Formats: sequence, structure tokens, C-alpha cells
Amino acid sequence: MRHDNTYIVMFAAAVCLVCSIFVSASAVGLRERQAANRVLDRQKKVLTVAGLIEEGEAVGAQQVAELFSQSVEAQVIELASGEVDSGINPADFDQQKALKDPASSRPAPANSAGIRRLPNDALVYLVKPQGEVEKIILPIEGKGLWSTLYGFLALAPDTTTIEGIIFYAHGETPGLGGEIENPSWKALWQGRQAYDESWEPAIAVIKGAAGPPEDDPHRVDGLSGATITGRGVSELVRFWLGDGGFGPYLERFRAERSAA
Amino acid sequence: MSAKSRILLDPLFDNNPIALQVLGICSALAVTTKLETSIVMACAVTAVTAFSNLFVSILRNWIPSSIRIIVQLTIIASLVIVTDQILQAFVYDISKQLSVFVGLIITNCIVMGRAEAFAMQNPPGDSFLDGLGNGLGYSVVLLAVGFFRELLGSGKLLGFQVLPVVTEGGWYQPNGLMVLAPGAFFLIAFFIWALRTWKPDQVTED
Repeated sequence: MRHDNTYIVMFAAAVCLVCSIFVSASAVGLRERQAANRVLDRQKKVLTVAGLIEEGEAVGAQQVAELFSQSVEAQVIELASGEVDSGINPADFDQQKALKDPASSRPAPANSAGIRRLPNDALVYLVKPQGEVEKIILPIEGKGLWSTLYGFLALAPDTTTIEGIIFYAHGETPGLGGEIENPSWKALWQGRQAYDESWEPAIAVIKGAAGPPEDDPHRVDGLSGATITGRGVSELVRFWLGDGGFGPYLERFRAERSAA
Repeated sequence: MSAKSRILLDPLFDNNPIALQVLGICSALAVTTKLETSIVMACAVTAVTAFSNLFVSILRNWIPSSIRIIVQLTIIASLVIVTDQILQAFVYDISKQLSVFVGLIITNCIVMGRAEAFAMQNPPGDSFLDGLGNGLGYSVVLLAVGFFRELLGSGKLLGFQVLPVVTEGGWYQPNGLMVLAPGAFFLIAFFIWALRTWKPDQVTED
């Protein structure tokens, strides 16, 4: 069948119009649900690393929101100074969005964690089920082998004892680097010291097995077949604990605590 | 068998898009490390193939042949975006795991192949069935591969530990090959081998 050019252009325009209506209707119609999913997912991860819910436990959306509002306080802090930025409501703050906006981010200092830009502000969570801060939860991210790893690190109020670590988004090889999700590997982090005596970040994933936390406080077992992912985890955790990351905030936290 | 059910059931074993036509291999490798993601991916591809066939077939007499491929692609791409949005809204965890591969359904040769080869010549009802059948044929392979990769690669099925693995104190040493893409190649090859032993007329002369 031969068609003239006007028909072809009109037909193409009509198809595009109808398709775009479908696509935008679905995007707009489902946006709220998707946003709620994202918030819920993040809250779940925070609660998991805080040890308030079990990994893989089926928890209802309502329960997560309740537990989160009861026992977790979100704070937006200015990374460079470590001060709480009270001008921003933590509920509205999106650290990934801030990172993409040149107005609210800056080039990262030289690092080996593959981090190019840093947001000016970051979102930290304080876990205080009884009013006292029991855990500090810091968002961490950095390069593994294939992908950027996104996770949370939970620290005790002494800011050096590690309470837990979790990676909620990554694209590492399942079974090798993907084992950073393995609960028994994550459990190895608990009780280890993130900093050495002079408050330099010291924690590292090594090749092979490390001793128990009391004897070998700064080292974590490597994952076999995932040397580069392990190295990436070391680098990124050390970066976020250092001066470029949450170092100033944690220092301030310690000072306030010893003053109190 | 009636003509309608032949259209639907043929692609399952007699004319399987992966095993016989060897289409859509790339996503069969990428998303099958776990059974759960395989199931969702299979549903997504089946839905997209069925509906793209339906819409292309409805429009077949109006589509100018000079731009038919791009019109098919526009329809397929829109369906894939809608599917992705639905997955993000209703099965968020899984959609996160499938990540980019949902978007890549657009490039799945099965979808485009059926739109061009079948839907352009046949009425909407038959085309819908053909899309559904081919989607299911793809699903059969995807589920079989996902089943064995998860079972042998991590000793689990749908996230439940079936074979107790050595790292958690059991006896099963997971097969690392299965979680990597080449593992899927081996499984698909075994599937094709088994199928062609069962139906020898699918064997190609060399």
C-alpha cells in the first residue's frame, strides 16, 4: 500500500501523541505510589541496619512507618562543618538530588573510593528508641567493581564501634561481590572499631580471614572472588569516616557527648 | 487442535522463540540468577509481547509500510515504559533488582520479531494469542533457567534455603558458574538439547 507523505507524517504524529498520553498517564498516575515505595524502602533499610527489624523480615508498611517515627530522628547536616543544618526539613531532603545539583554539591577531594562529587549537606539518622542516642546511621556510597555501592553504616555513640553495615543498591556479581549482602558477612562487622587511637579511619576489608573483633578490631574478612569489591568497600567506608565525609560531624558529636 | 490453540501453544515447545528461533537470549542470561526475578521478567515480557502484537495488529492496515518498524518500536517502547512504571509501583523490590533489564525489553528480539512477522499480517485476536504464546514460550525457558541457576548457584528457591550451603554450616557447595552469565548458556544449551531429543524434527542440518 502506498501512502503520501502527508498521511505518513500525520500517522506518525498521531501514534506519538497517543503513546505519549499513555506513558504520561501511567507515570503521573503511579507517581505517588512509587514515591511512597522509595521512602518505605529507605526507612526499612535504616531500621534493618539499626537492628530494629530483622533482615528479610516481612514488615508491613504501616509498622515500618510507625517504628521509624518512634525511634529514628533524621538530621540534615552540613558535611564540611559537621553542623546540623536546621534550614532544611529532613523529610524533604533528597541527598541524591542534592548531589546532582551543582548548587548544592561540590567536587570531592581526591579519594580512592571513586567519589567525584559530594553533596554540601547529608542526611544522617539517630536511633533513639528511649530518648538517648543509641546508634548513628550514616549513608555511604562508592565504587565497587562494576557499580556504585549504596549503603548505610551504623555506629555506636562512641562513634567508632561498628554496629552494622548494609548495602541496599549495587550491581556487583551475584555470588561474588554480591555477597556484600550476605547476612553472615555483614555480621562480621559488628563490634569492630572504625577508627584507630588517633581517630584516623582504620577499618579495612582484607584478603582472607580476620580474627575476632577483640583481637583484630580494624579488619574484616574478605569475600573470596571479590577482592576489588572488598577493596571498594574499605575505601568508601574509610572515605565517609574521614575528613571529607562525616569526620567533622562525628568529631562534633563526640565533643558534645563528653561535654554533656 | 484448533487453529487458535495452535497459535497459543505452538511457541511453547514446537516453535519456542529461545530454543528454536534463538531469540531473546541476552535477557535470558541477565535476569535468571534468581527464580523470583525470572518470574517477574517472564510476566513483563509476556504482557508486552501480547499487547504490542494486539495494537500493531489493530493498526496494521493503517501503518504506512515505510515507517512500520519505527511505529512498532514506538508502541513497544510505550508498553515497556508503562510496564516499568507498574512494576515500580507494585513490586518495588523486584523492579529494583531487574533495574535496567525491564527497559531492555524494548530491544528483546521476540517482541519486535512477532510484531513484524505475525501481527502485521493477522487479525488482532490471533495476534494477541501469538504474542501471549511466544511470551509464554520465553517464560518456560526463563523459569527453567532461573530455577536451576538459583538452586545450584545459591542453594535457594524464591529466596528460601533448599540446599544448606557450606558457608552457613550445611553440605552444599554452591556452583559459582551458575550465578555468572555462562551458567545460563550451559542451561539453555541443555534445554535445547533435551527439546531436540524429544522433537527430532527441530534438529538443524549442518
